[in-house]
Amino acid sequence: MAYTAEAPAIAAGDDPMVPRIGRVRRRVRELSDVWTLTVEMEDGRPLAFAPGQFNMLTAFGVGEAAISISGDRDRADSGLIHTIRAVGPVSGALTRLGPGDVIGVRGPFGVGWPVDAAKGSDVVIVAGGLGLAPLRPLIYAVLASRKDYGRFALLFGARTPADILFRREIEQWRRRLDVEIQVTVDTSGEDWYGNVGVVTALVPQASFDPQNTIAYVCGPEVMMRFGAAALRDAGVPDTAMYLSMERNMKCGVGLCGHCQLGTAFVCRDGPVFRNDVLRPLMAVKEL
Amino acid sequence: MTTDGAGSGPTAIIERRDLQALFDVLLQRGYRVVGPTRRDEAIVYDDIAVIDQLPAGWTDEQEGGRYRLKRREDAALFGYAVGPHSWKKFLHAPIQQLWRARREGDKTTVEHEPPRPERFALVGVRACELHAIAIQDKVFLNGEHADPHYRARRNDAFIVSVNCGKAGGTCFCVSMNTGPKVAGGFDLNLTELLDGGQHRFLIEAGSDAGREVLDQLPKRPATSQDAKAADAVIAATASSMGRSMKSDDVHQLLLRNLDHVRWNNVAERCLACSNCTMVCPTCFCTSVEEASDLTGTESSRSRRWDSCFTMDYSYVHGGSVRSTTRSRYRQWMTHKLSTWHDQFGTSGCVGCGRCITWCPVGIDITEEVAAIRSSEPH
Repeated sequence: MAYTAEAPAIAAGDDPMVPRIGRVRRRVRELSDVWTLTVEMEDGRPLAFAPGQFNMLTAFGVGEAAISISGDRDRADSGLIHTIRAVGPVSGALTRLGPGDVIGVRGPFGVGWPVDAAKGSDVVIVAGGLGLAPLRPLIYAVLASRKDYGRFALLFGARTPADILFRREIEQWRRRLDVEIQVTVDTSGEDWYGNVGVVTALVPQASFDPQNTIAYVCGPEVMMRFGAAALRDAGVPDTAMYLSMERNMKCGVGLCGHCQLGTAFVCRDGPVFRNDVLRPLMAVKEL
Repeated sequence: MTTDGAGSGPTAIIERRDLQALFDVLLQRGYRVVGPTRRDEAIVYDDIAVIDQLPAGWTDEQEGGRYRLKRREDAALFGYAVGPHSWKKFLHAPIQQLWRARREGDKTTVEHEPPRPERFALVGVRACELHAIAIQDKVFLNGEHADPHYRARRNDAFIVSVNCGKAGGTCFCVSMNTGPKVAGGFDLNLTELLDGGQHRFLIEAGSDAGREVLDQLPKRPATSQDAKAADAVIAATASSMGRSMKSDDVHQLLLRNLDHVRWNNVAERCLACSNCTMVCPTCFCTSVEEASDLTGTESSRSRRWDSCFTMDYSYVHGGSVRSTTRSRYRQWMTHKLSTWHDQFGTSGCVGCGRCITWCPVGIDITEEVAAIRSSEPH
């Protein structure tokens, strides 16, 4: 829509509705209802992707769901990585796939996070819950060429301490001296010594130059709305904020109609949108 | 199929008694001929082989939520407006298998359903419907990923269009600049003439394929009187539209009024039954369905027509994005008349009136637009 990010696409001419066969190599439980699958393509061709893109994953005999890619683009040849929450029949079946099981893969689809746009700027990432998964490829990309960016802040909110996604990795990142990482939870017991409250409350505490910052936001829609508002209050213009939207998707290529949001097909024109484009759309109830 | 526009070739006259030859030639050339026929008290599109299957001497009465066939005083073959079917049921199949997967031992293979080319001859396509086909061409063929199944059916389609001799009670093609005169996109175009007690058809070719077929038909050259009679038929139809809609500003009008109270009003009447989307000749949305055998060794995926009026359509984890009828009706109408322009460079509405006729409660898209326009908050 308002910008173009580097976005590998499936080859024109291939039937975009037909999945390629992959095999699950590794299945890791992240949270009580969240698993990360590492998939190898059976034809040996690794699937190149850009941070923020998604695939349509098939559990054969059950169905298909749009799942963002949560791995490192620079390590695409070591497997395709998705982090999935079991919430329905399809995502439930996907998370039950174990090593050696077959999985269908279509994609990658959509326009992801603009990675290079933030070079020379401060980077602020605001993530809520599973929204951290599509942001992880972006975090890898920024950390891989850390010196090209200014200050780097990752603000992450989870429901409870038990819902902190990628916890060990967050703790590893936090050991670095060139990143600022804040984690908060909505509710906790006595065994939590960190922040309690909504993730948007972390924005004013983070150090960044609002006039020279690119912000990336992903999480539940209401959290993104408030996250964008907090960033705006801090002085970040809408044109420097990117949000990733979730909608019902059946095709991934703008033909099934389901993911429409105003004039946009979220699967093709998004899922990542710049907030000057998105904000008027999000202001209309049930658009 | 490439067409080179209207009025390109010389026109000719085919007598009513000779029109069967058109069907014969198309069938000989291997086309699957489909056209209007009377069934279940409606005029529907189906396979036809002989001219007697056309609804001779029938017409329709259409109003909001009302469709009735009745006898004409003459034996016109195309003396009615459009019915509940549109040609999309042939070109954009209601159910299409996409692939089958089979598991044998440790190996799973996906067999992709190859597009099956079908050579349709569509007989009796109206001007609004030609525009609808052109709109679906933009959706399915002009994007980054063309739909192979649509393309396989569309590529070799032979189109015999008809200039409308009668406007339906819910027609507004004049408002949408899509009719009633056919203006290109056809292989052969007919105008049915009944004046002076002579039942005949003015015929013109719009493509090489059309000229080849026309060469095989018994005919005589058209006179200026025939041409004048055809113009009169079209003019009479154009001046008797059952509905009208000011369409030049509707794109922006609806975008400015996404929170208009009229959406609440229409939501109180709309049943969210999805009839309007099923009968609409441009609505293209689909869903997918997975099927598997009991042993789990074979599965398949099919896509089928879907409607933005269902709750499932916008479902994401946690609930439907459009949980109210208000927002679902608004999505349908603003897509049709407004955001379609941004997406495909054309309106999604051709003024055929089907959504008005087949709405069980008679909701009228032209009336809804007028209501918003006349009460736009300033």
